[in-house]
Amino acid sequence: MRRGYKYFEAIEKHAVLLGILTAVMVSLGGLAEITPIFMAANAVEAPPGVKPYDPLRLAGKDIYVREGCYTCHSQMIRALRAETQRYGHYSVASESVYDRPHLWGSKRTGPDLARVGGKYSDTWHRLHLLDPRQVVKDSNMPAYPWLEKEPLDANDIMARMRMLRLLGDPYTDADIASAPQALADKTALDALVAYLQGLGVSNEPAVTTDVAASASDVTAPASDANAPDNANAASNAHPARDANAASSAGPASNVNAASTASPSSTASVPVTAPAAARTARASTPNNTEAAR
Amino acid sequence: MQQTETYDDHIVRLFLLAAAVWGVVGMSLGVFIAAQLAWPALNFEIPWLTFSRLRPTHTFGVIFAFGGSALIGTCYYVVQRTGHTRLALPSLARFTFWGWQLVCLLTLVTVPLGITQSKEYAEPEWFIDILIAVVWVAFGTVFFATLARRRIQHIYVANWYYGAFIIAVGLLHIVNNIAVPVSLTKSYPVYSGVVDAMVQWWYGHNAVAFFLTAGFLGMMYYFVPRQAQQPLWSYRFSIVNFWALISVYMWAGSHHLMYTALPDWVQSVGMAFSLVLLMPSWGSAANGLLTFNGAWQRVKSDPAAKFMVIALVFYAAATTEGSMMAVKTVNSLSHYTDWTVAHVHSGSIGWVAMITIGSLYAMAPRALGQPAMYSKRAMELHFWMHTIGLLLYVVAMWAAGVTEGLMWRATHADGSLVHPFIDSLIAIKPLYAIRWLGGVMVLGGMVVMAWNLWHTAAAARARLIKPIIVPIPEPESRQVPAPLPTSG
Repeated sequence: MRRGYKYFEAIEKHAVLLGILTAVMVSLGGLAEITPIFMAANAVEAPPGVKPYDPLRLAGKDIYVREGCYTCHSQMIRALRAETQRYGHYSVASESVYDRPHLWGSKRTGPDLARVGGKYSDTWHRLHLLDPRQVVKDSNMPAYPWLEKEPLDANDIMARMRMLRLLGDPYTDADIASAPQALADKTALDALVAYLQGLGVSNEPAVTTDVAASASDVTAPASDANAPDNANAASNAHPARDANAASSAGPASNVNAASTASPSSTASVPVTAPAAARTARASTPNNTEAAR
Repeated sequence: MQQTETYDDHIVRLFLLAAAVWGVVGMSLGVFIAAQLAWPALNFEIPWLTFSRLRPTHTFGVIFAFGGSALIGTCYYVVQRTGHTRLALPSLARFTFWGWQLVCLLTLVTVPLGITQSKEYAEPEWFIDILIAVVWVAFGTVFFATLARRRIQHIYVANWYYGAFIIAVGLLHIVNNIAVPVSLTKSYPVYSGVVDAMVQWWYGHNAVAFFLTAGFLGMMYYFVPRQAQQPLWSYRFSIVNFWALISVYMWAGSHHLMYTALPDWVQSVGMAFSLVLLMPSWGSAANGLLTFNGAWQRVKSDPAAKFMVIALVFYAAATTEGSMMAVKTVNSLSHYTDWTVAHVHSGSIGWVAMITIGSLYAMAPRALGQPAMYSKRAMELHFWMHTIGLLLYVVAMWAAGVTEGLMWRATHADGSLVHPFIDSLIAIKPLYAIRWLGGVMVLGGMVVMAWNLWHTAAAARARLIKPIIVPIPEPESRQVPAPLPTSG
């Protein structure tokens, strides 16, 4: 005991040794967990549906960051039954490869936004951002009226795109050159709405194997979800998210509201079937605990 | 040769003042945003008064401005006394004070203006991050230079924790904030997506570990024995806990990303290490509490000791809760809800704020050359306001979090969801009001403390007290321990 302590005593009496050993011990965990992910992430190619943000949506994403939307909204649907049922297919890593920084969030004072794109109309989003309680009576979200009056700076967005290209995002010269035209006469509100309407629409993973019948339904809204009038159609293909959509009195959610008015009502039966199969599959391991 | 030396307490007093001011500012912001959640009209449709911009401002204000100032101040106080030496590099120490205040001020102005990286607890933009790194290196230099000139060969355990806090926070800050600036007010991190998430929560979790735990444990290991007026229950146990704590904590960050797109094995590793973490956490808490063994009557008579004991209880409770929340099954319910908020605040208002307040009450009279704080009754009042406010806050948020978690996952017999999202918000709104009330009480207590400190300092100024002279004889070579100073 005494003889062993001699070595330990050396640490207790030498600040440099103590400092070095401390630095070693605190580095191990990070190295073990971050390095493999870093390596794996560098090897992964973005899947076909996932593209770098176009100028307007990039501006929108940076406004989302600036206003701090991530403090109340997550963008990460966990692989749990109740989550996939409410928000759609669970989020996968390749969907956020162009998010610098990631916007997964840590708190849901409001609902998850990872697949909010196409769920409501553009008009609904505009009204909601300008005065949330106009469309969702009990909401406690702040209003963001100043976005409507704020013009976008194309030069700034081009500089941002060039910097992102430097970091590895595959922007072409043409992409960057298109910014002034894409942003002309657009406001910060337009950009934020465009960003929100793009969330999750073209990158929702398709269900692959045993429920092939529903797979086509799942991917259906991807093609044209940006058009406001298609919002209903889009939500129809996502009956699993009904409960969430029904929470708002928004114009886009009428169909949803009807289908969830009562779980046992006949209205919900035809649309629920494929989705139930899909969500049940998505979360088999957690079925029992989540249902409790 | 006899040499006359004094402790450099001027710098300690500056940090003490800063901690009191930032504490009131940071908690006022917290009370305001808590009110906004209950009554959204309070956003006033003014950009820089909006909840989403002020919430990161509040967290930075309490963690880095209040906590940081208290940590650096007590660190300078402790390292001098445990080493029986004056602070090294006084000008650099002054720089760390003004540099840190500039960091706090810049952040508290820029984040409400929308200049943010949006990485949680690392919101300041790149130019502030560089300043933080510079100040931090200066702080480390002052600390280790002071250690280098200590007159006691053995390095007291409080300094181990302060040292780990400095090294780890420096490492975390630099790695997490590697970014390329586009303009003065905007930068993009070099990491994206899942890598950024992992780096961010490695940082975020260990900011908790090393800023809010290791640093404050350093404070605890000095001020608790000081206030109990007897030695630490087990010195060896504190050393064992030190190595366990600093090596295990760094692995646990991934428990913030359960069931997400992070690879499953990393989630499981994070969960396993979070459970292991129970041991050093309980060990440190027990060591602190057992130090009061045989001196429990002090808890009755000394409000500073009261704060410390409740702080240690909440440290044990919050770390237990944290480990439980890292269990995947529990996390599936608690994550994204106000349970997280309850956990964070039982750790921050319960453990961090209370050990800080206890330490400040113990340190302030000594740093100000006073026999005691100006008003003991005000300290008692502060203790009760703080404790009742804390309980109101965390109980309300626990109830809110469990309510949300259960409502989000509730399903009918046919498998469809029971509640639209907005139902959960409507259900917890009354609890948001109670949480606000709890926050008001904690803030009120802080105002009482600031008033008390002001009067203690005023008494010190009135008497024009000179710093107490502590002559320290030169040690003979290899003498252990160094000779005690002769009476001054």
